[in-house]
Amino acid sequence: MTSALETAANPQDMKRIVIEPLTRVEGHGKVTLLQGKNRNIRQARLHITEFRGFEKFIQGRPYWELPVLVQRLCGICPVSHHLAAAKATDMIVGARELTPTAEKVRRLMHYGQTLQSHALHFFHLCSPDLLFGYDDEVRHRNVVGVIEDSPELAKQGVLLRKYGQEVIRVTAGKRIHGTGAIPGGVNKSLSKDEIHYLQNDIAQMIGWAQGAVELMKTVFFEQLDYHMAFASIETSMMSQVRGDGAFELYHGGLRARDHLGETIFDHVDYRNYNDYIRESVKDWSYMKFPFITSLGEEEGWYRVGPLARINNCDFISTPLADAERKEFMAVGKGLPVQSTMAYHWARLIELLHCTEAIAELLCDRDLIGKDLRNKGVMQECGTGVIEAPRGTLFHHYEINDEGIVEKASLIVSTTNNNQAMNESIRKVANQYLDGHRLSEALLNQVEVAIRAYDPCLSCATHAIGKMPMELNLMDDRGELIDRLEKRVNGQINRTL
Amino acid sequence: MSTEKTFRLDGKAIPFEDGETVMDAALKAGEYIPHLCHNPDFEPHGSCRICVVDVNGRHQCSCTLPASEGMDVDNSSEAITNKRRTLLQMLFVEGNHVCPACEKSGACQLQAVAYQTGMLNPHFTHFFPKRSIDASHPDIVFYFNRCILCGLCVRVSRDVDKKAVFSLSGRGHRTRIIFNSPSGKAVDTELAITDKAVSVCPTGAILPKHHGYETPVGERLYDCLPISVVGDAAKHHTAKKHFLNGDPDE
Repeated sequence: MTSALETAANPQDMKRIVIEPLTRVEGHGKVTLLQGKNRNIRQARLHITEFRGFEKFIQGRPYWELPVLVQRLCGICPVSHHLAAAKATDMIVGARELTPTAEKVRRLMHYGQTLQSHALHFFHLCSPDLLFGYDDEVRHRNVVGVIEDSPELAKQGVLLRKYGQEVIRVTAGKRIHGTGAIPGGVNKSLSKDEIHYLQNDIAQMIGWAQGAVELMKTVFFEQLDYHMAFASIETSMMSQVRGDGAFELYHGGLRARDHLGETIFDHVDYRNYNDYIRESVKDWSYMKFPFITSLGEEEGWYRVGPLARINNCDFISTPLADAERKEFMAVGKGLPVQSTMAYHWARLIELLHCTEAIAELLCDRDLIGKDLRNKGVMQECGTGVIEAPRGTLFHHYEINDEGIVEKASLIVSTTNNNQAMNESIRKVANQYLDGHRLSEALLNQVEVAIRAYDPCLSCATHAIGKMPMELNLMDDRGELIDRLEKRVNGQINRTL
Repeated sequence: MSTEKTFRLDGKAIPFEDGETVMDAALKAGEYIPHLCHNPDFEPHGSCRICVVDVNGRHQCSCTLPASEGMDVDNSSEAITNKRRTLLQMLFVEGNHVCPACEKSGACQLQAVAYQTGMLNPHFTHFFPKRSIDASHPDIVFYFNRCILCGLCVRVSRDVDKKAVFSLSGRGHRTRIIFNSPSGKAVDTELAITDKAVSVCPTGAILPKHHGYETPVGERLYDCLPISVVGDAAKHHTAKKHFLNGDPDE
């Protein structure tokens, strides 16, 4: 299905278009497109051109360092790596289950993380596109424009994110790269003062989260056909769900459904993920391509993240978010919602759920408990899987007799979406590239498609809507025939 | 008429008794002189030079310098602080001190002294030496990346624990700490978690195994107050509890 799009049969006859750099895509990335004579895109590739190497350089480190060490992968959702590694090291120290206090403190931390990450993505990065339109003047289509035109909305975005960061600080000690989760539990519970501090504002956060969902719905339905079609691809989806099928972010079984919503696998113990998920390697990208083993490499790619989670779950345990989920699912008319732009909508339903879940947890007395840690018989390996803001995140470690990591395998959320992002880019490029002369619309639409996934190639999204980008159009002899540059200040220049 | 002997430290009269060093007298009087290789419980060594002071125009190592009447000691001028900062910068680039990932961060004497002297960057080019971890011992792990060769563990193991587990080997910048065992591994020494030598490291080079990051951020030794107020890590109960009671879970 996809191989023809990954590698064109006769690339020498095609025009090669390079978008580089996709800056701050948690490193560096670029997009290359090959355009045939009929102007169809025949090859689309999202390349991650930077090599991180975490799997290698944590080899030789003691296992108890992992939760703190591995979270340095990311400054945007470090809590996800922190908790996934902590879950893996729980297995290593033989903690079959956590104390109620430890599990709830970790959950609270994770809800805070998801809240702040989703708030950042929607309000700071995507709202300019959604509010002003993709063809709005570049100088205005950014977060400063949002502040100027909708100061109240911008303020809500900033304060929602701040609240999430405060939840992280209270549970992990620091807003970024804290130390709360340790093998077998946590290093602190909450004080009554800390709980009261967080309770003060939570009702306001729920209200603002509801408002954000309403705003997103309004935007989505105003151009329903467009948003349903833009960058839309039909894919399988994978996420964790709770034992009763409920939406789950911290701990559950793996569920995958195909593009028609039929079950591929369900309630899979994530420790056996290797039996269900494999990764393929392409020689043109440092990012691997995971696929569902039973479907094979060609058909087995899938999507993760908010869209997958909302589509896959049977219900959400908090009432406001569940009501929104039902409205969301109605758009699919009985089938999974495949619109890539619906990622934004699903993400905000999750944001609402996080505020509700935080409010519930803050009433739970287990948060102030003193029983913080369990341990048991040491094991040689551990697997931790969590639903990070951007999707399912896998950590797997093997240690030696001395407690030193010998093998590590990480499948990060964005990697799961690798093929899907490639497909979405192809669709957008095919739709908007209008021949020999490049347009700013294409430049932005490619960004918009990538941004919908909120990839932690994140600079693509986390450069506050001003990612510097270079778009080159070459003829079949490799000669540059057109070139657009977008500066960090948003200014676009034709430089040829 | 008082017969108390004194010297002046930053203009303040510090009493001392015969045989006391400038460092001993200053600490007894509640005055902090930055130091790493010095531990008041053991014989001074003078190897790290962080406690350098200006005495009557000469740079001296205060932990080994006997106090005498009439001394005028400069402990806190910008010039002395600059000297100490340079020494610290050299210590940092000589090893691999990655504070963000180190479990001793927040309770590390080296880090705390660096903060105290206002060290904001390493200044010099990093050596990035290739050093290993020895995790062969069942209770203790050794991070040679973090060793500053202060020699405290060597001295304490030899003089207090009477085991002579450690030695300094090599010369110059190739000097390194080794285990006195046939295999060169910690597991083949007599070292025990209850040994005094295990608790005196001013950095994160010697730590209990299977434990890390158990003290929350905000409650670590130097999270709230500087080392000039808190004092040495090794003297502090919370920093020693993992080692000295022999039961890291307590």
